[in-house]
Amino acid sequence: MNDAPVLITGGRVVDPSRGLDQGLDVLLRDGVVARVDERIAAPKGATVVDAEGLVVAPGFVDLHVHLREPGYEYKETIATGTAAAAAGGFTTVCSMANTSPVVDDAATASFVVRRIRETALVRVFPIGAVSKGLEGKELAEIGLMKAEGIVAVSDDGRPIASGLLMRRALEYASMFDLPVVVHEEDPSLVAGGVMNEGWASTRLGLPGWPAVAESSMVARDVELAALTGARLHVAHVSTRGSLAAVRRARAEGVRVSCEVTPHHLTLTDEDVARSAYDTRFKMNPPLRDEADRAALVEALADGTIDCVATDHAPHHDDEKAMEFAAAPFGVTGLETALAVLVDSFVATRLLPLTRLVEVLSTAPARLFGLPYGTLAEGAAGDVVLFSTDRWTTFSSFRSRSRNSPWADRTLRGRVERTFVRGREVYAAGGPGVVTPASA
Amino acid sequence: MGEAAGTYKKVRLIDATGMQRIFARMARELVETVGGAETFALVGIRTRGVPLAQRLALEVERADGTRPPVGLLDITLYRDDLSTVASSPVLKRTEISFPVEAKTIVLCDDVLFTGRTVRAAIDAILDFGRPRRILLAVLVDRGRRELPIEAQFVGKRVSTSATEIVSVTFRETDGHDDVWLLDREAARPVRKRKAAPKGDGPRKGAPARRAAGPEASPAPRRKAAAGAPRRKAPRSGPKRRS
Amino acid sequence: MTRRPDAPSEPLASFAKKDLVDIGSLTRPEIQLVLDTAESMREINQRTIKKVPTLRGKLVANLFFEASTRTRFSFEIAERRLSADSISFSAAGSSVSKGETLLDTARNLMAMKPDAIVIRHQASGAPHFLARNLPCAVVNAGDGTHAHPTQALLDAFTMRRAKGRLEGLRVAICGDVLHSRVARSNVELLTKVGAEVTLAGPRTLLPVAVERTGARVVTRIEDAVDGADVVMMLRVQKERGGGLGFPNDREYFELFGLTPERRRLAKKDAIVMHPGPMNRGVEIDSSVADGPDSVILDQVEAGVAVRMAVLYLLIGASGDE
Repeated sequence: MNDAPVLITGGRVVDPSRGLDQGLDVLLRDGVVARVDERIAAPKGATVVDAEGLVVAPGFVDLHVHLREPGYEYKETIATGTAAAAAGGFTTVCSMANTSPVVDDAATASFVVRRIRETALVRVFPIGAVSKGLEGKELAEIGLMKAEGIVAVSDDGRPIASGLLMRRALEYASMFDLPVVVHEEDPSLVAGGVMNEGWASTRLGLPGWPAVAESSMVARDVELAALTGARLHVAHVSTRGSLAAVRRARAEGVRVSCEVTPHHLTLTDEDVARSAYDTRFKMNPPLRDEADRAALVEALADGTIDCVATDHAPHHDDEKAMEFAAAPFGVTGLETALAVLVDSFVATRLLPLTRLVEVLSTAPARLFGLPYGTLAEGAAGDVVLFSTDRWTTFSSFRSRSRNSPWADRTLRGRVERTFVRGREVYAAGGPGVVTPASA
Repeated sequence: MGEAAGTYKKVRLIDATGMQRIFARMARELVETVGGAETFALVGIRTRGVPLAQRLALEVERADGTRPPVGLLDITLYRDDLSTVASSPVLKRTEISFPVEAKTIVLCDDVLFTGRTVRAAIDAILDFGRPRRILLAVLVDRGRRELPIEAQFVGKRVSTSATEIVSVTFRETDGHDDVWLLDREAARPVRKRKAAPKGDGPRKGAPARRAAGPEASPAPRRKAAAGAPRRKAPRSGPKRRS
Repeated sequence: MTRRPDAPSEPLASFAKKDLVDIGSLTRPEIQLVLDTAESMREINQRTIKKVPTLRGKLVANLFFEASTRTRFSFEIAERRLSADSISFSAAGSSVSKGETLLDTARNLMAMKPDAIVIRHQASGAPHFLARNLPCAVVNAGDGTHAHPTQALLDAFTMRRAKGRLEGLRVAICGDVLHSRVARSNVELLTKVGAEVTLAGPRTLLPVAVERTGARVVTRIEDAVDGADVVMMLRVQKERGGGLGFPNDREYFELFGLTPERRRLAKKDAIVMHPGPMNRGVEIDSSVADGPDSVILDQVEAGVAVRMAVLYLLIGASGDE
């Protein structure tokens, strides 16, 4: 922590944790936010970063990423995944447990925490499995993993089909105040579906994954959350029905939160049809219809949806270069999230900038009880600088995989610099290392 | 090629009356050589071999009392230059509703040039059976063969250069009977057209399929239209002036 | 002389396509060009020597990843009648998990420089995937539950020959629509050329939002057959789960089978079609399948002509300008 202080000058500071949105300077020193003020004189030896025309915000927090290590290092590693996070303005990510081996016991959690300490470029908090081997039968070592540092439990990638196991998971996790993150799908209704069931799936002749297979499970789980008083976090909501169930439960005081991905906010099953079976448009839950998409945007604006999470799910080109039904579900998202949201919602004024920063940073940090997502003095020196005017072309990725629907597309919005603990981990156009600003 | 009509040098080779005389003569020769109409059939090669075959059939009937059967042949699928054209030509129907077995088949085409169309037609006919023999009748033989093929019945022989185009029109297909010799090389407007009666030359938009028409006209003709090297071109027929 | 019904108002001079992967990518004049070309090909199939030299020196590879007899034979005959060299690869039941990926198989094949690949695959979209990745022509011979464009073209060819037109024809397509690529391609083609299509089947075997195809959708077969010019019965595709949409064959036949009584609801001169293979006594009564109105064998015959037309139009010429 002996890095030179960093003074970020002339930027528009947006910090929803304190209701700030004004031109201010930010001084990072000793890994924390030392001062936020109108004019700060550069301390001796400080690196000065000119943020004129840029937004300065608390670093983004992603509650839902797949870093694939251990076991699938050919898709992604903690090192490459966090490099991608830094490039996307994310300073904290929570990694899902569906690695190989699954993070379902203390030993594996401990190993992952050590790998994070050794190789991660941004902060990473592991999420432990709910059930052993994600099999949905017996509880994983939730208590022991909590001691190793997990921040939530989830069988993400797989649903918890058994209502009984779900009830036990909620009861058990609540003792440790860990949220249970649920991937909602009723496997008997999904029945092999590979895209949203609707007019597009009918035309493409692909097995449909009906919206009700998600919302019926959300309805069950909010009831169980009500019964147990535990914290339920619904991952990647994608349907109107799920939103209705969440709204209803929340009105009754149930402790339920939910997230949405940038792709469900911006793409639909018609994009699958237009792409003519491009597997970069295949993910789980699938892209829904336009009515669902519009409802998600509305719910993000009105607060029904708490935050945005990318569900960054890297896959190797060889795995995706397949017939649509045979290819794995999943798209990458860390590097594209900001530009996708700025391009679709900020540039078009559908979402205020402060809400954008809130759903990417302040809100998710609060949901998992993480002390980030704020530029309060003394808080972690995790900061992102981004532009809402400049364009990004996604021709290359820091992620080891490039299974993104936005690969080779150009969008408005660009992450310029990312700082973690007061140290620069990403600068647009440059290597993600500390570079003295030319000021 | 209609757009270039004004810049072609053109010479009329045969007019309507001349064509009628030629059909009558060819029909007499046919009957004399081959025998009665019941022993042979006429097969017109798409597109303008068809009206020739029909006219000859009429004339044979006039001379002999019986009209020989007429078949229609599209040779596209037998062309030797398909792999050199950009897109597959539209097919026209082949209609040969009589057995060719043991019959004399007289192939009819408007112009005999490289011989490649006739080669294709012979191959096509043989797929219908084994005729006793195959003969060839053409309205114009313009020389410049690329295959050892000769016509037994010829309306008119003309020596041509590779760049010249023989344009044949029929009442049935084009509204009037005419044969013209066009020269694309002579790009400058022709002042004097001695042989051409006023107002009756090939008009803008008038069919002149012996030019570049991809349909049913094999490659060498395209080459001619594209301007193959010029050679000494002796000529017969109306004198060509520039 | 043969009349040529439905002659296109504006005849097309060419067919500028690399692939035939679905009906959606064909315009109405292009459909008519294929059907007209197929008429010429049909004439060849009546000759003593049923072969033309058109595709000499061209190589067509038939990749059949899913069991098929009639379609594969039909393509192979079409290829041979046009003098193309053809090789056939049958890998029914083989799946990607067992070894080589589809892309690798196709790339290996490309090393042999085929001019066209004919592909039948259990995965919807597999032909699009190849078309995107390979330089040669790709012909879809049926992909999953998505499309079967040459079947729809041969069905249209058969209808046009029998009825003299397609526009305004009343066509009933009945049965397991959910799993039927034949139904999807037929509805797309027929609505495009102005026929009136009614789809009928149990609700469990009708895909969601199917009414958006432009077809009328009913659940009583009688309502579909009533007044129809063409009655097309679909095979119940038990191998794709079609059997789960109703209790048993007996009930299906009672409620949805084409019996002589139901056939009488259609026009007197109506034709009966089936893409095959048939489940006799399930979707169709044998006496109807083998009856005087049945054109089921004409469909098979039309298949060769239509596939000859498609291959000629796609790879007859060089394709370069």
